[in-house]
Amino acid sequence: MGSRASSLLREEDIEEIKKETGFSHSQITRLYSRFHSLDKGENGALSREDFQRIPELAINPLGDRIINAFFPEGEDQVNFRGFMRTLAHFRPVEDNEKNKDPSAGEPLNSRNNKLLFAFRLYDLDRDDKISRDELLQVLRMMVGVNISDEQLGSIADRTIQEADTNGDMCISFSEFIKVLEKVDVEQKMSIRFLH
Amino acid sequence: MESYLFPFDNLLCMLLGISFTVWFTLLLVFIIVPAVFGVSFGIRRLYMNTLLKIFEWATLRMERGAKEKNQQLYKPYSNGIIAKEPASLEQEIQEMRRSGSGLGGAEFDMSDIFYFCRRGVESIVDDEVTKRFTAEELESWNLLTRSNYNFHHISTRLTVLWGLGVLIRYGILLPLRYSGGVVTVLCFSGRMKSFLSEKVHLMCYRICVRALTAIITYHDSENKPKNGGICVANHTSPIDVIILASDGCYAMVGQVHGGLMGVIQRAMVKACPHIWFERSEVKDRHLVAKRLSDHVADKSKLPILIFPEGTCINNTSVMMFKKGSFEIGCTVYPVAIKYDPRFGEAFWNSSKFGMVNYLLHMMSSWAIVCSVWYLPPMSREEGEDAVQFANRVKAAIARKGGLADLLWDGGLKREKVKEVFKEEQQKLYSKVLVGGEED
Repeated sequence: MGSRASSLLREEDIEEIKKETGFSHSQITRLYSRFHSLDKGENGALSREDFQRIPELAINPLGDRIINAFFPEGEDQVNFRGFMRTLAHFRPVEDNEKNKDPSAGEPLNSRNNKLLFAFRLYDLDRDDKISRDELLQVLRMMVGVNISDEQLGSIADRTIQEADTNGDMCISFSEFIKVLEKVDVEQKMSIRFLH
Repeated sequence: MESYLFPFDNLLCMLLGISFTVWFTLLLVFIIVPAVFGVSFGIRRLYMNTLLKIFEWATLRMERGAKEKNQQLYKPYSNGIIAKEPASLEQEIQEMRRSGSGLGGAEFDMSDIFYFCRRGVESIVDDEVTKRFTAEELESWNLLTRSNYNFHHISTRLTVLWGLGVLIRYGILLPLRYSGGVVTVLCFSGRMKSFLSEKVHLMCYRICVRALTAIITYHDSENKPKNGGICVANHTSPIDVIILASDGCYAMVGQVHGGLMGVIQRAMVKACPHIWFERSEVKDRHLVAKRLSDHVADKSKLPILIFPEGTCINNTSVMMFKKGSFEIGCTVYPVAIKYDPRFGEAFWNSSKFGMVNYLLHMMSSWAIVCSVWYLPPMSREEGEDAVQFANRVKAAIARKGGLADLLWDGGLKREKVKEVFKEEQQKLYSKVLVGGEED
């Protein structure tokens, strides 16, 4: 009876989430229903196991990294606010938002924040740079056992060589942005939410 | 003390007597007699149409109520929360590379991660599998508390209607169905075994059907399963058995259960030869297959009824068919069953509700409305293996019933997905990376 969940979300909460993330009222209630249906323990928060129960996510080679992105440093549970905050990164960028009040802070779904999300998927130890080791580990997750260590190593070296501009053999966030400046990040990292 | 209780006592007895007689007459006239003769009064269709009109009115009232308060009504996501791209892994990654560096080469690009990232988050928001294991959400409210999402928008008039609904469902429909069920079980009991013929068998199921207020439409009855074949159908609830068996005789296959189910199973086996397995035997697939083949080889035996999904799915999709029944090599008669969820949710969410809870919900719904399509018989073709045959049958059933055809295993309701599928994804991506260099 997860559909009853929409009545557990108060109007004030919906308004706050609307301001913070930019989702519409109906999108928030639908996503709350989804959050509730994933929450098997019915304690108002999702654990890593709740995410792993989704078969399509479990077979995604980067499934664990994506799940990790939902959980703040050192925590094992994510509540609905946190869930929405992370999902907000994938909202499409709308034109009228670009003219919004700059003092309101950068919206969660800006190009920069989308790139930061992807950067953090690579950056395993959260030290704001991608080392050769981290790149290798993520590559290994994506290809499984199908590519040899040497081949993978050379792919990693080539990638770092192309991206690294300050010679520290790591990719920092600004170098990351530079490498991807021609990619249509807004479209590739957006999900079409229906109203 | 007793002197002034006496007239009340008399009145009470009289009232009880009258209501019992009325109730029993209703039972007899509307359920048992038509079931025996196999005729219909058409009352159930009238009931169904009236209910639909009431539901529409109720939804309109709620929308009006919501507009007055200037709030929004919760709309179920029957169209999906998001729109997904159907493109494959290779297509998307090549497209990304082409737009980025203008090379489209086979080498790794840091933007490759976007594909996996987006797909992953899309599946968190809306995936094809987990939503099949909970009841479908309805567009309009059907006056059952269990399917209401907009509590605060109900006006007084609507509450009165809902209260009336509760009275009718729990006061009239539920006892009626319960007694109907009791009558059926009695029919099946040992005493009748020597006299049970095909006609009586059908009659018992028909009593059940009427008692449940099940309104079933059978399509294409010329394709009904014949002796010596296997009938396969999509599985939504234990009621599927009653629905199919009231229109034809089948031999059932299944595990031996304990409790209420076990009693019913033992009673049924005295009527005609069913195939019940011990749990330990089920693990031995060869034994199961042998018993099934022996049964179908005997042309005098009834067609076997099997639900190859292996578990209850919520009737919006058909999930992977287990290949066991398709290996036997006899004619398969596919049947598609589609319930109308507006009148009562027939789906049994066995991980959330037990059997008794489910029966209570089901017996206190408005009605069980469904359509049954008998599809033309299929056999395994030359060069087709059991899995391909199973998928072909599954596709035909899904198409006819208007259900989504999924490759996922219904067993995912309880178990984790196999590692093998993740390895397939990894292999696909590796091909994109190095495939170009090898060519």
